[in-house]
Amino acid sequence: MPDQTEGPQDDRTRIAQQFIEAIPHARALGMRVDELGQGRAVISMPWAEHLVGDPRTGVIHGGVVSALMDTCCGAAVMVHPSNPTSTATIDLRIDYMRAAKPGQRITARAECYHMTRSVAFLRAVALDEDGENPVATATGAFTAER
Amino acid sequence: MGDRNEPLHQIKSRRDSALKALVTGVPYMNWLGITFDRRGDELTAILPYDEKLIGNPRLPAIHGGVTAAFLEVTAIIELSWSVMWEDLESGRIAPDAAVPDSLPRLPKTIDFTVDYLRSGLPRDAYARARVVRSGRRYASVHVEAWQDNRARLIAQATGHFLMPQP
Repeated sequence: MPDQTEGPQDDRTRIAQQFIEAIPHARALGMRVDELGQGRAVISMPWAEHLVGDPRTGVIHGGVVSALMDTCCGAAVMVHPSNPTSTATIDLRIDYMRAAKPGQRITARAECYHMTRSVAFLRAVALDEDGENPVATATGAFTAER
Repeated sequence: MGDRNEPLHQIKSRRDSALKALVTGVPYMNWLGITFDRRGDELTAILPYDEKLIGNPRLPAIHGGVTAAFLEVTAIIELSWSVMWEDLESGRIAPDAAVPDSLPRLPKTIDFTVDYLRSGLPRDAYARARVVRSGRRYASVHVEAWQDNRARLIAQATGHFLMPQP
């Protein structure tokens, strides 16, 4: 985690991590919170046979990448320093750059780059083990409840 | 198109088995439990409620990612279905789930934009897609999802797709 100092933000991060990993759909996809804090989140999940969208190639379905990006963006909102109490997706656009390599872990990194009283603006990227060439990018607007 | 006197059971069986081949070929759709209801060439996707679809246990509400995936799956199947319809009806193709090579290759998503309108309740969801434009190379598809009331959408989306090249 980027923030090494003990404090309220650290507690919030720990709570948010437990909270995310307890979401039924996040559990079902095997999501793991790798980094969290200061309006940023890194969440990854393993490749799995039942998540394949194209049986000819073994490539994971785009919808799975959407679910990972959406969760990661929501997590980034929840750990924004302005402390929103809850969030929901308003809109999310995903651009698919290339197929994720079958068998490789997928990692999403999301950043809340702007926050207003009631809306959070997010950017995210999804990568497989080739960290140089993104699998997908996303931009979204989320609610920020206070 | 087709033979006016073709027996009805034969027509239905051809269409239903082609649809089944298209749908059961995708493991992720089976895992989500998505099925399709067919009336003529009109498809309605059904996402049966399951606890693993929950994204917010407090409300509870269906995960936004699940909604996005459901919309994307519906758009891809509708697009493939509408493109293969003519070939299917004329008998040029006969997709069979047991013969992977007989299945049409699926379009690839270029981008997908989801507009979340209401939170998804813990109950079944439905979706229908409309192919807005279908070219040789690119296609644009609009898709809507709802639960109890057709007029009260939970989400809608537009996506662009790259068509499989022959």
